[in-house]
Amino acid sequence: MKLKLKIWRQKNSESKGKIIDYDIENISPDMSFLEMLDVLNADLISKDEDPVSFDHDCREGICGSCSLFINGQAHGPDRLVTTCQLHMRKFKDGDTIYIEPFRAKAFPVIKDLVVDRSAFDRIQHAGGYISVNTSGNTQDANSIPINKDDADSAFDAATCIGCGACVAACKNSSAMLFVGAKVSQYSLLPQGQTEASRRVVNMVNQMDLEGFGNCSNTGACEVECPKGISLDNIARMNRELLKASVKK
Amino acid sequence: MKNLFSTSIGKKFAMAISAIFLMIFLLQHFIINITSVFSEDIFNMLSHFMGTNFLVQFILQPILIAGVLFHFIMGFYLEIQNRKAAKYEYQKEKGSANSTWMSRNMITSGLVILAFLVLHFIDFWVPEMNHKYIEFLPEDPNRYFKHLVHKFENPLRVAMYCLAFVLLALHLLHGFTSSLRSMGTNKRYVASAKTAGIIYSIGIPLGFCVIAIFHYLNQ
Amino acid sequence: MTNSKNGFSKILKSNVPDGPIDKKWTSHKNKINLVSPANKRNLDVIVVGTGLAGGSAAATLAELGYNVKAFCFQDSPRRAHSIAAQGGINAAKNYQGDGDSVYRLFYDTVKGGDYRSREENVYRLAEVSANIIDQCVAQGVPFARDYGGLLDNRSFGGVLVSRTFYAKGQTGQQLLLGAYSAMNRQIARGKIKMYNRHEMLDIVLVDGKARGIIARNLVTGEIERHSAHAVVLGSGGYGNVFYLSTNAMGSNVTAAWKAHKRGAFFANPCFTQIHPTCIPVSGDHQSKLTLMSESLRNDGRIWVPKNKKDAEAVREGSLSPTEIPEENRDYFLERRYPAFGNLVPRDVASRAAKERCDAGFGVNKTGEAVYLDFASAIIRYGKEQALVNGQDDSDNELVQKLGKEVVKKKYGNLFQMYEKIVDQNPYETPMMIYPAVHYTMGGVWVDYNLMTTVPGLYAIGEANFSDHGSNRLGASALMQGLADGYFVLPYTIGDYLSKDISTGPIPNDSKEFLSAEKEVKEKIEFFVSNNGSKSVDYFHKKLGKIMWNKCGMARTKETLKEAIDDISSLRKEFYKDVKVPGFSDQFNEELAKAGRVSDFLELGELFAKDALQREESCGGHFREEYQTPEGEAKRRKEFQYVSAWEYKGEPKDAELHKEKLVYHNIEVKERSYK
Repeated sequence: MKLKLKIWRQKNSESKGKIIDYDIENISPDMSFLEMLDVLNADLISKDEDPVSFDHDCREGICGSCSLFINGQAHGPDRLVTTCQLHMRKFKDGDTIYIEPFRAKAFPVIKDLVVDRSAFDRIQHAGGYISVNTSGNTQDANSIPINKDDADSAFDAATCIGCGACVAACKNSSAMLFVGAKVSQYSLLPQGQTEASRRVVNMVNQMDLEGFGNCSNTGACEVECPKGISLDNIARMNRELLKASVKK
Repeated sequence: MKNLFSTSIGKKFAMAISAIFLMIFLLQHFIINITSVFSEDIFNMLSHFMGTNFLVQFILQPILIAGVLFHFIMGFYLEIQNRKAAKYEYQKEKGSANSTWMSRNMITSGLVILAFLVLHFIDFWVPEMNHKYIEFLPEDPNRYFKHLVHKFENPLRVAMYCLAFVLLALHLLHGFTSSLRSMGTNKRYVASAKTAGIIYSIGIPLGFCVIAIFHYLNQ
Repeated sequence: MTNSKNGFSKILKSNVPDGPIDKKWTSHKNKINLVSPANKRNLDVIVVGTGLAGGSAAATLAELGYNVKAFCFQDSPRRAHSIAAQGGINAAKNYQGDGDSVYRLFYDTVKGGDYRSREENVYRLAEVSANIIDQCVAQGVPFARDYGGLLDNRSFGGVLVSRTFYAKGQTGQQLLLGAYSAMNRQIARGKIKMYNRHEMLDIVLVDGKARGIIARNLVTGEIERHSAHAVVLGSGGYGNVFYLSTNAMGSNVTAAWKAHKRGAFFANPCFTQIHPTCIPVSGDHQSKLTLMSESLRNDGRIWVPKNKKDAEAVREGSLSPTEIPEENRDYFLERRYPAFGNLVPRDVASRAAKERCDAGFGVNKTGEAVYLDFASAIIRYGKEQALVNGQDDSDNELVQKLGKEVVKKKYGNLFQMYEKIVDQNPYETPMMIYPAVHYTMGGVWVDYNLMTTVPGLYAIGEANFSDHGSNRLGASALMQGLADGYFVLPYTIGDYLSKDISTGPIPNDSKEFLSAEKEVKEKIEFFVSNNGSKSVDYFHKKLGKIMWNKCGMARTKETLKEAIDDISSLRKEFYKDVKVPGFSDQFNEELAKAGRVSDFLELGELFAKDALQREESCGGHFREEYQTPEGEAKRRKEFQYVSAWEYKGEPKDAELHKEKLVYHNIEVKERSYK
């Protein structure tokens, strides 16, 4: 396949970036999208040009490192995959492909397509945990049976890989799907109930401090989420916050 | 509770509450107006009641106006905040792939509705206020229907009203379930409210269109 | 002389405590020194790597009161490659009442490791395994549950009980997020200072003790000196020496290798696990291999065509696997190992698949793939479900539909992943799989306390060598990482640190720090100003080819000797001709890669040297010269030791130290899964 790539290039966080055009040939439909970029980079290195920087690590869709806004969509046109699992067979010979970084005020660009998503970490620091020490003397794991539906819903919320596609896809750059998923996971489990109020208040406050936008329920996040995390998690977070506020 | 409204979620909760309040008002408004299609007398009677009742005029009307203002101001405020959070534009963005036009353009439909409201106020509310509280004209319990019919003589006005109602329908189609979600409604109820939402969101604006066209045709 | 007359090392002290095996750990914990809470506040610990081992260790050390500095090269600790573990985590809970026990988990692990692990470490691992599950559930890890609300288990290769806890196909992510959440709590308290996007490039020894590291900020390129009273390496394995592996692109040996160069012995480097169920290579462009959880072997049946003609037709694309009748299929694992069938340990399954493919029965275009078929599982589950629903279990269409639903519930995400990559529907046509490098049992040598041969330097998780011998059983890596980090290291490190309570803060501007920093900077400057002609990947791929062809699933004396020479000359070429674009003071992935590959180029040589000296076959190490008439691995009594290598300049000059392995609590016998 032959493709025309339009890639966002930006030297560092201070400089202004722009779209640069690249032509690329001999792309096999069996390649992953990132392998296609590997080919481009090998070519750039051989021509003494600066290769395109992009985040990636596991390349099997679970670490959440890879990002990329491809042809107007987070993680590209395919559904329920991360960019590393997007394959070139989803494109046609001669296609023009726009490749941009995930955009949000809270996700500043580090270089080219690499963005800083540490805002997610800081939200988690604010309350994304259950306060239990590692003693080796916690009660037996089976001492509290958990209703299977709740356990499954908690798991579904916990599948979030923290890639930031929800923020990138959201016209408001809202992080509520991410935060909602984390709040939901813990609020659905008995172990997480004790500090549920504190958790949701602190995490939401941190989320606001980071400069993420508000949710207007467009549902774009849910559609673009590579793990298919449901919008219901946002509603659950809203509910938890209201509950916490009433309790206070 | 005070802290709640300083958070993003608290603000959209407030937005949702005002939306639901306005939707209830809209339903009430519609029920009264639709009587004009069937019976001049009932319409006049209801309008007279609404126009002269102390509770409606001096308690509910200010609350309604405050609600409308709050919904608009909050809407603008949130839009500005959200635009700040998403300050970098994509070179290519394909919103249609993951969301509906109406969900992405609540501000557009909202602005059209606001413009319509200005017209609507000039048409009905300003003369009403003028009649009652500025010029202190004598109350004629049968004046309402005539005034209504008179306003729909102009086909341009009818067209403008209908266009606004289309946008209102789009606004409601997203707003109905969105407000439920913003209030943290359990997914089971959101799912069952969805159909009711669609019926409401299309039915009411369509009904208003019918009223406008009916009176235009029956001049 | 560092070795005694019988060849075993006098300087390697495993420091295993006395007493009966089931009391050793408890009595050891009772006897070792503790540090008071007031003193812990004055002690700093550096943890490199934030996977299951590093993350859990950092969190627990911080909970105890130490000041922890944690480093990861990823943009968040949550992205460490532990996240990719799919199948599950073992624990001797015996919730299923199928006769499991600490001893049985210990036994299975030692046997699965082909009697090349230190039995006391393994026993301790089995002992604390149950605590891990309790701890993780308390942290909110959403393990799979049954309808009664209790934890569910499944069975994994090489064992006869169901002791594996899981969270669908992403147990690793859920456990890592548990450890990450524990870290977050400590980061919020200020007890952990987290350094994301930092890569450790050297370890600093002061007076022979590990006292800090040199790290590069991967965003700004700045070289930083960090001091502490002890350093813990939880930096994972080195499977990427093969270029193509199931490891993440960034997984590297650098931290462990730098430790080795500073005096830590490197043990059993040749013990590599080749995982049987990976998606086959599709072409030269491939950058990494994708693993399919071993749990698939619970229900999938592995086969190749019985007739070569059929295999050829399949490869040409003129025959579809579903057209091959039952009697013309060779379910080779079930045939060779009737007792364990498709659930034999990984090394056995991988070798058997390679044997069939080498014999010409491989099924994809390259001839390097076997089938993993769910057709019979779909029918079995479908019939069962039809009966449960009170429907007609002879209705083929219904059975297929119900069966597929059950399989989807169990393995849906894996099937989806397969379909995305291969573009074939595994519900309709059998999956194709082939072995790939997955895990490295070898690593930095550690004693019972997990301390390396450098005082104050610890290695935990995959980075050390201790628990899996020459082959790791499925679902044991997560167990070991968390056992080390949550329950072992935090105790044993206290014993060492108790001697440091009056040391005071370690200065980071001593001459040792400055000279280590200078060396690191010089190497970086060398790379960016080398002006070579070939990219880092070019050398990495070449190294991978040498490793796979000559030190891969089957090794011989000749190929290993060639490998040593090939790698040595490739390394020379690398330094002469590598091209690293950009500068050192910027985000520069090629520069980071160059550093990692330069270490792989040294490790690879030691790997081959280790494989050469080990004239036997065991677990993941298969020397063609040493096999039974049936083609099984032939272990040799005289090699019942750990080979620990001391760095002496060039990798091929490394000096061998042998730690004798003694089994008091388990009978060493031929491993049989028949």
